[in-house]
Amino acid sequence: METFRYLPGVTTLQFETAACVGCGMCENVCPHGVFQLEGKKAAIRDLDGCMECGACALNCPTAAIRVTPGVGCASYIIQTWIKGKEAAACSGIDCC
Amino acid sequence: MDDLVKPKNECCAGDKSCGVPDKQSPLQPFPMAPSTEAACCGSPPGPQSSPDEKPGYELLGFVESFIDTSIGPVPRVKTSLARSDVWGTIGARLAVNRNQYKIAPGLYCVGEPGPDSPVLITANYKLTFDTLRRELTSVGTWILVLDTRGINVWCAAGKQFFSTGEVVHRVKQSRLNTVVRHNKIILPQLAATGVSAVSVKKECGFEVLWGPIQARDIQQFVADGCKAEQSMRRVTFSMPERVVLVPVELSHLLKPTLWVLLAVFLLSGIGTGFFSFSAAWSRGLMALTAYAAAILGGAVAAPILLPWIPGRAFALKGMLTGIIAGLSVVITFSNSLTRVEAAALLLFTTSISSYLAMNFTGSTPFTSPSGVEKEMRRAIPLQAAVALMAVAAWVGAAFTG
Repeated sequence: METFRYLPGVTTLQFETAACVGCGMCENVCPHGVFQLEGKKAAIRDLDGCMECGACALNCPTAAIRVTPGVGCASYIIQTWIKGKEAAACSGIDCC
Repeated sequence: MDDLVKPKNECCAGDKSCGVPDKQSPLQPFPMAPSTEAACCGSPPGPQSSPDEKPGYELLGFVESFIDTSIGPVPRVKTSLARSDVWGTIGARLAVNRNQYKIAPGLYCVGEPGPDSPVLITANYKLTFDTLRRELTSVGTWILVLDTRGINVWCAAGKQFFSTGEVVHRVKQSRLNTVVRHNKIILPQLAATGVSAVSVKKECGFEVLWGPIQARDIQQFVADGCKAEQSMRRVTFSMPERVVLVPVELSHLLKPTLWVLLAVFLLSGIGTGFFSFSAAWSRGLMALTAYAAAILGGAVAAPILLPWIPGRAFALKGMLTGIIAGLSVVITFSNSLTRVEAAALLLFTTSISSYLAMNFTGSTPFTSPSGVEKEMRRAIPLQAAVALMAVAAWVGAAFTG
């Protein structure tokens, strides 16, 4: 989304051009237009627009895309500080 | 009493008939009792039960009728919302009834669908379902509702409820291949977070077509031969879309606010005379106003004014709205506050507003979890430190005067 910008340089999105077969799935499923088909291959046109939803990675037929988002929740992060990473847990189905 | 017939023990044996014998009932008809269904007292009785009602199941208001299909009766749903649906939407948005606001998964339809009609897949959150069906006013369509635990499409996809497995399961369970001649299913684009189109095809033979993000674009999408314009594939976050999220943000604060109330009054009463109820009250009210201002700044103003507040990090945006909110409180009570107390309230409002605005990141469609984590690791310690300073200054001011 062009009008809403978040922190730059944080996304874990990785794209391997060599594995791309130009199917266009990533361009179809991305809600922010991060990918664009250029000729026979996809290309990243807006890396910082990525919100790590994972739709592209899940739908790439050749696994050319990888993304590993964190949890991004305040109470979860606070738990890792107090209880340590192993003991921290989501607060259940109703939480988010 | 002699007129009453004694029951016979061998009543149900052989061909003896049971029940009241042919004799005239000893009870004479009540002279004023009418023979029609009109009321003799109170309001008239309701209509007869519909033949579609089944024991143990309630017939829902949005069902118009049932159509016969190869898999049995399928509910045809209305494409306009009734008042009860509008109230339901309001309730969901106000967090009054939002966790159990769902419908049964399975196959539904609108209009007069046939074996060549499109199939739309959706979530069983009733708000999602209502948003979808009100847009399907022209073409007969099948709607396959998944069990997403009453959660909307995008969140359910992220939580793995709107998943490849659930799509495949519902398609097979509904025997969709006997209902339609084609093998295409249209999924909302935002379900792509949880559904792999390639895997769905492999596991149930149906090809996933990624539909538009908004339900209102579906009819155009289908009319264009299942092609989406670029604008249909971009998510937006307009002011109305942000405003409807505010009540739920506020609903999360109900329980913490009780604790804050308690703490604020207790801490405000501490002073040179150990504890003073009048100070707890008079100072506590001012501190409570500061807290309310923080909520307005961080959970109301920041979300609504989001794109116009400087700063990328939400904690920063909340700090800015918090400063303005805090200054308003300090100016309002300027005659009753020492300089230290004023500073305390300002710090308090700013830190809480910053924290609340930061929490709004989870409700937006554009913040990445990696970014949010980075922001939080820096902001939370600062917010905690400033809040503690505010508390120390507030309590300390009661001793120094």
